[in-house]
Amino acid sequence: MDALDLARWQFGVTTVYHFLFVPLTIGLGVFVAGLQTAWYRTGKEHYLRLTKFFGKLFLINFAMGVVTGIVQEFQFGMNWSEYSIFVGDVFGAPLALEALLAFFLESTFIGLWIFGWDRLPRGVHLATIWAAVIGSNLSAYFILAANAWMKHPVGYEVVDGRARMTDLWAVLTNSTALAQVPHVIAAAFVVAGGFVLAVCGHHLLRERRSDVAPHRASGDGTSIWRTPMRAALVMTAIAGALVAGSGDMSAKLLYEQQPMKLAAAEGLRQDTAGAPFSIVPGVEVPLLLSFLATNDPNAVVQGTDDLQARFEERFGPADYRPHLPTIFWSFRVMIVFGLSAVGLSVFGLWLTRGRRRDPRPPRRVPAWFARACVLALPLPTLAMIAGWLLSEVGRQPWTVQGELLTAASVSPGVSLTQVAISLTVFTALYGALALAEAVLLVRHVKTGPEPAAPDVPVPALDPPSGGDDAPVDARLQPTLMY
Amino acid sequence: MELTTFWFAVIAFLWTGYFVLEGFDFGVGMLVPVLAGNEAERKQVLGTIGPVWDGNEVWLITAVGAMFAAFPAWYAGMLSSFYLPILLILSGLIVRGVGLEWRGKVRHASDRAWCDLGVLVGSALPAFLWGAVFADLLRGSATAAMVGGVFSLSLCLLHGAVFVALKTSGPVRSRARRAAVVAAAVALPAAVAALSNIPVAGTEGAAPEPASWLWGAALVAMAALAAGVALTWRGRDGWAFAATASSIALGSAALFGALWPAPLPGLTVAEAASGPYTLGVLTWIGLIALPFVLGYQAWSYWVFRKRLTAEVS
Ligand code: HDD
Ligand code: HEM
Ligand code: HEM
Repeated sequence: MDALDLARWQFGVTTVYHFLFVPLTIGLGVFVAGLQTAWYRTGKEHYLRLTKFFGKLFLINFAMGVVTGIVQEFQFGMNWSEYSIFVGDVFGAPLALEALLAFFLESTFIGLWIFGWDRLPRGVHLATIWAAVIGSNLSAYFILAANAWMKHPVGYEVVDGRARMTDLWAVLTNSTALAQVPHVIAAAFVVAGGFVLAVCGHHLLRERRSDVAPHRASGDGTSIWRTPMRAALVMTAIAGALVAGSGDMSAKLLYEQQPMKLAAAEGLRQDTAGAPFSIVPGVEVPLLLSFLATNDPNAVVQGTDDLQARFEERFGPADYRPHLPTIFWSFRVMIVFGLSAVGLSVFGLWLTRGRRRDPRPPRRVPAWFARACVLALPLPTLAMIAGWLLSEVGRQPWTVQGELLTAASVSPGVSLTQVAISLTVFTALYGALALAEAVLLVRHVKTGPEPAAPDVPVPALDPPSGGDDAPVDARLQPTLMY
Repeated sequence: MELTTFWFAVIAFLWTGYFVLEGFDFGVGMLVPVLAGNEAERKQVLGTIGPVWDGNEVWLITAVGAMFAAFPAWYAGMLSSFYLPILLILSGLIVRGVGLEWRGKVRHASDRAWCDLGVLVGSALPAFLWGAVFADLLRGSATAAMVGGVFSLSLCLLHGAVFVALKTSGPVRSRARRAAVVAAAVALPAAVAALSNIPVAGTEGAAPEPASWLWGAALVAMAALAAGVALTWRGRDGWAFAATASSIALGSAALFGALWPAPLPGLTVAEAASGPYTLGVLTWIGLIALPFVLGYQAWSYWVFRKRLTAEVS
């Protein structure tokens, strides 16, 4: 064990942890903004209650995303100073742009949204959540462009042992980034969609058990959970299609840019023409891998052992293979777990489909389906983590593919003890906070939205004029404040 | 002006914005137990920073991001050589942020007390350590670091108290004014010690001739701080806040003036800098984006301009 190993563990732990919260911020933020827009457009009170309910869950999670993100920003300088000096010219630029163009927007407008319920006109208040949400998605783009550069460096030259940027546009439109950004953002929507489904599923089951608490139902007597559930089903299904499409793009890019990762993901040892796709070791679909990687079933796909020999020729003797079982299995976990959640939502859409020209109330969500939604909660998150393991462990031993080795990236002046202390502090702190956040989320999910007031008539079919003095808000306002 | 000089100035500006804005956030976070006697008052005190603290913190994130992009060797050298203090600062920022956001979402008073503890500790740690880190960077001695830390901690308390006095009414406001005076008893002498270190260090640095404006800036910063205390005492909250804010801004300007042109021992700005292409494109994007950022941040302060009262719920 040396400082390098611990620094790697620390990066892995803190980054995976940051990314537990990021997808919910990205996806749930848009979902909440959508609900608030629905309330703004229709004036139906249950949309407001849902906005506040999911908004609170969003905020509990948001806080963790923010504080763990700061660690990420500092960590490159603390543990990876050689890396930072080598790449800063190129890699620092998207990070600085992320802070300037995205984080300011996100954090300022989130503050306005949380505290602005009774100070801003309704339309302006709605705009604040959209501004914040745009900030989150923009931040994802910049950081992913930086990350993509590490896998496929473009728009730079190496001068005196340091990378120098020659073309910012090339860095921001890196083909790897253009595949990775939609993939990760769509995956975030799958995660958020799965989260909403689990929450709705839980409440639907509870309503079944107590045979509908009438005060929780929306105006016309159908469950208040039906709309968000349908919305989340649609969101997850669409995002799922995008994840699969962009994932396929990523795989084709791997064939050209990171053949070692592709070979590792498939467990392919020798260069093979017409390579098969192994579903699990021993079960193979002939020609499929070649076809997936190139659209040509007979193309040659390089294998890890042959690549190793070629890398040694080019870069000198060393082991250029990443940890093969990790890559092989994380690829499968990502696809199977992620797509089962997507499949569930497509199926759910069919189960709850509307009845056209039929006066009966819409189909009820079957109890077993609600239960499946609750049980599926961890799947998209596990897929997400597996995706990052594939992406990052698969890049090893390089931090910057073909340019800089991980072993040469670490801070030379930082001792084993120092890294051990920081790894311990972060792990302990993060562990405790994860527990607290889980408890907080579960409690709020169980509490559910505020009850509808029996005395206030439901102002359906009467869109608000944009004034901010409706009695409904006055009663519900303080919930998001300190 | 050369691009490297310009970017050093931009980074100094971002840090200065951070010190001025988070300075009062940290002060408010530490002063809650002193200024508030019950839950309604705690809400009132924390409500003064509730909508803005996250936006203020992004000044730090942008300053550090800009250092990474414009002076990678400065970024890497500073963060790796102050490893443990930075670790403590980050831990502080984590528990503070979570405490601030979660305290309104927990149900039991005991959980809320945990959040308040997080806010207190998480404000005090960075308030002390940023001063210590920069003083150490400047003078390279433990004594200077201690003095710098005590100064920045007491300065945050004073600045935060003045801010609460400006943003609240009722008993909390009068308590805040008294707290400002108490904090000043430490902050003023510490200011004399810490701020005069800055021009002294400037004369030791790699600069061909000691920059004489450093003395001017340091002295005016001390005077502004004293004026801030007097103005608070007389109930001129707005002017008092302007005075403490200018004091921090001037002190920070002097600090970065003294760090020029060698922000780390043995590392000059020119050696640390990125290439002219990177600095050039970042300049254009920065010049276009920064006015928008300043605009909407100012607008958010405008939206929340009203003094807060303690609401009994
Ligand atoms: C795909 C998206 C994504 C990825 C790969 C990362 N982040 Fe992140 N980050 C976000 C998406 C995001 C976000 C959704 O925009 C967050 C979550 C909560 C928030 O406020 O913004 C965020 C927060 C966040 C913050 C706090 C911002 C604030 O105070 O408002 C910082 C400093 C970083 N991140 C920095 C990083 C760094 C240096 C990363 C690389 C190692 C990183 N993030 C990976
Ligand atoms: C948020 C999603 C991410 C996750 C979950 C993640 C995960 C990981 C993991 C598990 C490692 C350790 C690999 C190993 O040591 O074998 C790693 C390494 C690394 N990643 Fe990522 N990563 C993410 C995003 C990023 C981004 C966006 C960047 C750059 C902007 C980045 C830069 C690095 C660097 C510099 C290392 C070097 C340390 C090392 O190689 O061990 N990562 N990451
Ligand atoms: C048909 C399904 C999928 C395919 C073909 C696919 C393909 C890929 C490939 C090839 C990579 C590696 C890219 C690289 O390292 O450059 C990747 C990464 C990743 N995948 Fe998937 N994926 C699929 C489904 C999913 C799902 C359902 C999720 C999560 C819900 C997910 C989350 C991720 C994440 C977070 C990464 C890391 C970031 C990146 O490199 O893009 N993927 N995926």
